[in-house]
Amino acid sequence: MRIARPVTVDEAVEALSAEPGAQLLAGGTDFCVEVNFGHRRPAAVVALRRVAELRERAVRGETVSLGAGVTYAELSGRIAEVVPALAAAARSVGSPQIRNAGTLGGNLATASPAGDTLPVLAALGAEVTLRGPAGERVLTVGELVTGVKQTSMRPGELITKIEVRRVRGAQQFLKVGTRNAMVIAIASAAVVLDRDRRELRCALGSVAPVPLRVARAEEMMSEAIDWERVEAPPGAAARFAELAAEASAPIGDHRASARYRRQAVRVICERAVNRCLRDAA
Amino acid sequence: MPPDSTSVPWPVAEGYQLSVDGRTRTVEGAWVGESLLYVLRERLGLPGAKNACEQGECGSCSVLLDGVVVCACCVLGADAAGAEVTTVEGLTATGSAKDIQEALVAGGGVQCGFCTPGFLAAITDLLARSPEADELEVREALSGNLCRCTGYGRILEAVSAVQAERRGAGVPGGLRAPGDEDGPR
Ligand SMILES: Cc1cc2nc3c(=O)[nH]c(=O)nc-3n(C[C@H](O)[C@H](O)[C@H](O)COP(=O)(O)OP(=O)(O)OC[C@H]3O[C@@H](n4cnc5c(N)ncnc54)[C@H](O)[C@@H]3O)c2cc1C
Ligand code: FES
Ligand code: FES
Repeated sequence: MRIARPVTVDEAVEALSAEPGAQLLAGGTDFCVEVNFGHRRPAAVVALRRVAELRERAVRGETVSLGAGVTYAELSGRIAEVVPALAAAARSVGSPQIRNAGTLGGNLATASPAGDTLPVLAALGAEVTLRGPAGERVLTVGELVTGVKQTSMRPGELITKIEVRRVRGAQQFLKVGTRNAMVIAIASAAVVLDRDRRELRCALGSVAPVPLRVARAEEMMSEAIDWERVEAPPGAAARFAELAAEASAPIGDHRASARYRRQAVRVICERAVNRCLRDAA
Repeated sequence: MPPDSTSVPWPVAEGYQLSVDGRTRTVEGAWVGESLLYVLRERLGLPGAKNACEQGECGSCSVLLDGVVVCACCVLGADAAGAEVTTVEGLTATGSAKDIQEALVAGGGVQCGFCTPGFLAAITDLLARSPEADELEVREALSGNLCRCTGYGRILEAVSAVQAERRGAGVPGGLRAPGDEDGPR
């Protein structure tokens, strides 16, 4: 039985270095399913649930700091008021059972194209802190998530926290699936209307190997918006949605065809922008 | 790697101890990858939590971990050490879910019964943190539990029957989930 149950990040890093083949475990909602199905056979495990530092969530000045071990269920209350799109994504994950166990750090490390917090964190410009034997480094979501279930994490590293700047304006997360619960996104979109930087940022989920920032659509919309009145000319949101749909690179699979996914992007992007404009006005 | 100076010795131990339904149980000779569900059913002789999908989708393996409902198939047994695990056996033995059981039986919320232990865990969790949950909240709270027989209507009715009964009996509720200082989920 090789399991380490560290209570500090330093101990976790130490445990990983001492046993290079050891696998990190957080809430277990991805990890255990892979083990149950024989896709993963851990010989040694570093269980992170007891690391208090990873469970911290705080709003400090203009920054929201969330430990990698914060669960979806914990992304509520005050945190939800400051990062509503992240809270909306968290509420859309799985079921109460999954939300009680699953963590932000696990979602990032799994790096699934359908990971619901990924597009939100990408659109918010989140900074992800990793710690390893060589110390700390800070990455954007785009730098961390490099492909389908692939990350730039180095051996011996773990994700410790996720920091998001408080945004003045509005934010939305919308997700399309077959049910309201227990659904892997067919397509998702996070839109952040940032009044201070006068930019609209958008990232899509489930329609590319990685969470996809749609730069052309963002630029078009940021220019179209009258930032004093927080209004957009008629048709701008639809044009934005069209550009976002064009930028998406969905595959067709048993959940949905590529065409359906692109159409879903169109619909949720227009809706999300309109809701942001409404909320920020 | 010898368990020397480091505060996280490898390997930790031959086995581990679980606190299940208030009793300390020792698990020995287990593989680190065994789920809590497997350990409960196959090693500790507690078959109440059911094994159906082993992928977190059906909720039939639901148990309470430190009072919060989770899928036992998605928890590593060895990682549950130090937590309080409450199974349907425990809920039944203490009688704490008796009214829920009775309401489910009386209202036709149990047909084949396979899903019932999982629903008992989920309903117990729900009514502990939100005794006055409205129908939407109840539906949401039970959205991780599948039932192939009842069509859910009778299960939802049973929950509202329990709520009415507890209200009448003046049962205090409103326990909070651990770590949830922000308020109700
Ligand atoms: C039934 C079900 C429904 C689901 N629904 C959704 C959904 O709707 N949306 C969604 O996005 N996901 C969903 N998931 C997937 C899963 O719940 C999430 O990806 C979750 O966030 C994983 O977190 P965890 O804490 O459970 O991670 P674990 O399963 O413990 O770990 C996942 C991976 O991350 C690594 N890891 C964990 N923590 C760290 C860390 N701090 N640093 C580095 N690596 C780490 C582990 O080594 C492992 O490789 C679902 C899963 C199930 C079983
Ligand atoms: S067996 Fe655990 S959720 Fe289905
Ligand atoms: S009663 Fe048969 S599955 Fe629910």
